[in-house]
Parts: sequence; structure tokens; C-alpha cells
Amino acid sequence: MSKNILIKNGRVIDPESGLDEVCDVLILQEKIAQVGKIGSGAEEKVEKVIDATEMIVSPGLIDIHVHFREPGDEEEETIASGSAAAVAGGFTSVVCMPNTNPPVENETDVEYVHRKARQARQSHVYVMGAITKGRAGAELAEMGLMHEAGAVGFTDDGSGVQDAKVMQRAMKYASMFGKVMSQHCQDDHLAGGGVMNAGYYATILGLPGLDALAEEAMLWRDIQLAKRIGIPYNAQHISTASAMELIRGAKADGLNITSEVTPHHLLLTDEYCEGYDTNYKVNPPLRTPRDIEALKEAIKDGVVDALASDHAPHLQSEKELEFLAAPFGIASLEVALGLYIKALIDDKVIDWPQLLRMMTIGPARIIGIDGEKGSLAKGKAGDITIIDPQVEYQVDVEKFRSKSRNCPYKGWRLRGRAVTTIVGGEIRYDGS
Amino acid sequence: MTITGQENKFEWTRKHLLGLRQLSADELNHIFATAAGFEQISTRSVKKAPPLRGKVVVNLFFEDSTRTRTSFTLAASRLSADIIEFTKKSSSVSKGETLLDTAKNLEAMGIDIAVVRHSAGGAPDFISRNIDACVVNAGDGFCEHPTQALLDIYTILKNRQSMEGLKVAIVGDIAHSRVARSNMWAMTKLGAEVTFVGPPTLMPAQVDKLPVKVSHSLDEVIEKVDVVYMLRVQFERLGGSPFPSVREYSRYYGLTVDRMKKARPDILVMHPGPINRGLEIESEVADGPRSVILQQVKYGLAVRMAVLFLVNQAAVTEKK
Repeated sequence: MSKNILIKNGRVIDPESGLDEVCDVLILQEKIAQVGKIGSGAEEKVEKVIDATEMIVSPGLIDIHVHFREPGDEEEETIASGSAAAVAGGFTSVVCMPNTNPPVENETDVEYVHRKARQARQSHVYVMGAITKGRAGAELAEMGLMHEAGAVGFTDDGSGVQDAKVMQRAMKYASMFGKVMSQHCQDDHLAGGGVMNAGYYATILGLPGLDALAEEAMLWRDIQLAKRIGIPYNAQHISTASAMELIRGAKADGLNITSEVTPHHLLLTDEYCEGYDTNYKVNPPLRTPRDIEALKEAIKDGVVDALASDHAPHLQSEKELEFLAAPFGIASLEVALGLYIKALIDDKVIDWPQLLRMMTIGPARIIGIDGEKGSLAKGKAGDITIIDPQVEYQVDVEKFRSKSRNCPYKGWRLRGRAVTTIVGGEIRYDGS
Repeated sequence: MTITGQENKFEWTRKHLLGLRQLSADELNHIFATAAGFEQISTRSVKKAPPLRGKVVVNLFFEDSTRTRTSFTLAASRLSADIIEFTKKSSSVSKGETLLDTAKNLEAMGIDIAVVRHSAGGAPDFISRNIDACVVNAGDGFCEHPTQALLDIYTILKNRQSMEGLKVAIVGDIAHSRVARSNMWAMTKLGAEVTFVGPPTLMPAQVDKLPVKVSHSLDEVIEKVDVVYMLRVQFERLGGSPFPSVREYSRYYGLTVDRMKKARPDILVMHPGPINRGLEIESEVADGPRSVILQQVKYGLAVRMAVLFLVNQAAVTEKK
């Protein structure tokens, strides 16, 4: 495997430095060595020269919210299949959520994920640890030991920490380590047994609704806690207009508060649940056109730090249930980039450097890996995603490297995808 | 329209009856006309007709029901179908045999019509997408209960000339009521004005987007309406306590003798049953001269016969 690669004549975009021009990128010894017009002498130092004419050359894409289901539900996804899907989608780094079975709640669990990822040799795989033992929301998990083992943050994702006192204690304790606290904001009392957005469509479909307020109430609480305690806080998969307003306000106040937005919350509304297709059952639920507009507005204004897929694979047999009984989640890692392009570039909300900021340096900063990843600065990891921005294709879920097919975008026409994914100077995906 | 047993030229094409939201006024009227034709069978000495001879109807009930199931059984037997009873308590989690497997197994036995009741909204829709047999929704979660609303409207039409311009109040737990939803869709399509009456805690999300008026005062509404439709307070579906006590609920939303004094003299009092006497309706009112509650049960039979007949006919036509 070549560790020395020269990528020539691409449109090189590095959101951190503001670079956006046609030039070359040289990777030597697994690291970024040079960016700019590189003389022909360099070709002799490398094993591989890639012609990226007409292509976009970006720092490797980072997705800070995926579910790889290992350990516990390997029939749905493994770290190997998930990270293979990641590189096929253009992602060189992903962050696994700790809601596995058992959950990631001590240093051994963290090391297990890292070991499986090393064996798979696909993308870099990071992991967040649980905030509370068993993700039960009561007792603190061993955050210190997980921090030492390399956990990049803490979350009970899948549920929010309900008890304000527990969350306050967790934030205070975790503030020793400088790692981000991430939250799936959902007040379970307000959420009730909701399975889709509370609104007109839930009413006519006769399904219990999940009130937008459930997300907003917990987010408001957490912002108050984070502000007083002074800890970096990331609001996961923000889905409502009012929640985004809270993020906007917190950022305006100068707080270290970030948020992530998923492709489905930018493209799909609760109206899609009509027909009871469980591929549209996701948590937070699909909201309304007004919410989509608010999320796009925030993205346009630079309020959002990261785009994250919330890739949540499930078996077909699990999704082939009554809407009420089926599990939440959408598998989208391999098409996420194309979906963001559709929602944000095709729709003229933002341009390429703005999009890539939320997929590279933005998420890298949230999880504190911006010292080694997320840009093309000399000496950073040789992680590069080469994107063909024009290629058109139809989403074929049967070709997914992910083990799961619970994807509502089946058959969609998309434009733009990763053609080459380079991780640490190695070509890990070549779809050109 | 008035109900007649006359042939009309309308052609019914639906092999499933999943809800009334998707139905047109013509389709609704066609069901009523068909039901009128079946009504007299119950008055004959031999209470049977042959249209479903050799067909198998399965009552696929995942939720408790006595009257709806009995009514469907009787309707199917009057049409000479063979009837299988299948009852199974469903749970909201995925344990044991899935709904899909249950439906596929029954299909493998060669059923023609599945009458489905389930606690999950959309369950009959889900089954209809996965099996060949006809599916009739006998109540799904709080989504729809189409045959109940059809028999309700049929009962009104037996007592009034038309739904056009009629004012109907539906009172009680609207949020969790499939009966309210089905009646709302059908009644408004036929030109009636529907008002949902109940406390805000029993109204569904974005009720303002539905084609109805909303009121929290039965006292104000009772004076103006032609029909008052009392919903059963379903304690098993409420979750939490949306009102402080039964006593207080009855005070505001119970149909009492006193409250009836404010009503129009020709008002129709309806209820889908079973009644909680003294809670949402006082016995004197339920059994009184303005009550058509037992007529509802009676006409349910003809309406369900019509529905079984029509979906089967559509399936047969589709195969030809």
C-alpha cells in the first residue's frame, strides 16, 4: 500500500485555511506534506499519482454521529461493515455512539471499538462513551477511564439524560477532561410514547406524536447548565426551528456550544410518514417544512458546526413491523454526502467551502481532533476525500456496504459523490 | 342524499377499506345504497344471501372487541362466507410472531377477506400492502374505524333526509378516538358541519388544521346541533390523567338530563358503545326518546355486509 501520494489538478478546498483553488496535494509518510503547485520532481517521490481534474479535493470527511451496532447487534452492522460504508461515502473518520449492547461505559469498551476498527483498516473510528452507567440516566459512567482510553466525548445517545441534577453532576465531573458533552435532547415526559412528529400528520395517521418541545426543553436546560459549568456541549441532531434558535442564541452569547444536523432533517418532513413506511421512522422525528427552512437558514448563517448522518442501521425484519413497533433509524452513511449536496448546494443555500467546513474542521473541533485532522495543514494526517461534484446516480441500497437497507432514499437521483477516499496515505476506497 | 336500494351506476373499485379519509362522497353514498339493499335480509325468515359463498373471512383481532367482531361475524355469515376467528393480544414491542408473519400465514391458508383490528395506527394498511386478500379495517389505534362511522352516518340518514348542512358535535376524548376521525372525514365530505368538543388535553395535535370546529364547552354547543355524538371515555388509552376526576369530567362533558333540556327537541343522541353509564352519558338520556344508540348497532350489520360485499366484488373484478 502506498503511503506517498500526489493528487494533481484538483479544486483543492481547505475550509480551515480558506484555500479554494486548482492545485496539487502531496502526501508523504501518511501525512500532508505540501499543498499548492507542486513541481514534477515530486512524482518521483510517490508511488501513486492521482489526476483530480474536475474533482474537488477535500480534507477527509468526518461524521461525528454513527451507530455501528458492535458489540451486540452485529447482524445489523459491525465496525468492519460500517467503516467500509464510511469510506465508500467519503468519510475518513467517524464517531460511534455508545448505545451498543452492552453500552460503551468503560475503558475496555472503548479499546474494543478501537481494536475492531484497526483490524478493519477502513476509516478511522472514534467512539463516545456513555454519560451514565447502562445509559440509564442515574449513575455516572467511568468517564475518566474512557477519556484516558481515547473516547472523544460523552453521550447517552438514544436517550437524553432526564434528571437535571444528574446532568449537572456529569458536566461538572467531565469538565476535568476537556471533552465534549453531547446530548440527544429529548424530555421523555413530554415525548411520551411518540413515534413521529406531533402535528397534523400524526393526528390523521392516528399515531402518538413526539412534541418538538421535548427537544427544546432539554436543550434549553442543558445550555443553562453548560453556561454555568463552562464545558463544551454539542446538541446532537437538531431538528426543530426553536431548538436551532436556542443554539443561535447560545453562540451569540459566546458559549462553547455546537450542534449537528442530519440529512433527513434537511430533506424529509413528517408528511412522508403517510403510508406508514417505517423507513421514515427516526428519532428525533421528521418535522415540518418550516423546521427545514430554519435549519437551512442557520446553516447559511454559519450557526451549525457539523453535518452528521446519524447512520442507524436496522434489519429489514425489524423495520417490517407496525409503525408503532418498528425501531427508529435511517441508514444513510453511504449517501450522506450526496444528500447534503442536494439539500444545500443544489438548493443554493451555501457553497462548497461552507459545506465542507461542516464536514471537516467543524466536526474535528467538536471532538477535539483538529490538531491532527480536519484540514490540509502540513503534518496533519493524510486523510483526503476526492469528490466528483457532477456525477449523477441513482441510490441503489442493494449495493450498500452497510449490512442494513433501512434507507428511505432508495431510488432517489443524486448528484455528487466521493470517488477516492484516502486514509492515512492509503487509498481505502476507489470508486473512480 | 336519501338512502334507496336502487341500483346506481357507480362502480366500486377498492378491494380494501382502510379508512374514510381516502373515500369520495360518491363512494360513501354507494356503500349506503348497497347497505340499504342488504337491510331487508335481516327481516326475512331465512336470514342469508349467497354473495360470499365459498369465501373465507378471517376476523383478525389484536385488540379486545365484542360488538364489532360479533357484527362482522354475523355480517359475513349472512352473506354465506366461512368465518375464522383469530384473536391475539398484540404488544407494542416486537416479541413473538410478527404481524407480517401472522398475516402471511393466514394468507397461505387461503383467506379472501381479513377484518383487522389492531392497537397500532396503520396496521391494516401495513397488512394490505403485504398480502393479496382484501383488508377491512375494524379499528386501528386512534387512526380510523371506518365501518363504525359508516353505520353512524347510515343511522343519521335513516332519521334525516341528508347530511348536507347538519350540525354534529362529537364529544369526549378526540385525541385517542378513531371513531371521531372516521366520522370527521366522512361527515364533512357529505356536507355536515362537525364540532369536536372536549378539554384541550383531549384534543389531538394541530386540531386547527382539521376540517372541524373546536369547542371546549358542551353547554354552548348542545343548543345548536342536530346530532350529539358521545365518545366513550377510554381509560385504557388515556395515559396520565388528562382530566382531574371522573366527577369533573362528567360535570363539563357528560350528557345529562339537564343538559338535554337545552338541546333541540329533535336532536339525535349517539354513542359507539359500550356506554359508561353516568360518566359520559346519563342512563335516562341513553335510554331516552332521542337516543338512536341501538339503531346504530342494528344498522351496523347491513353496513358491514355492504362493505364485505363491495371489497370482495372489487377483488373478483381485479382478478378477471
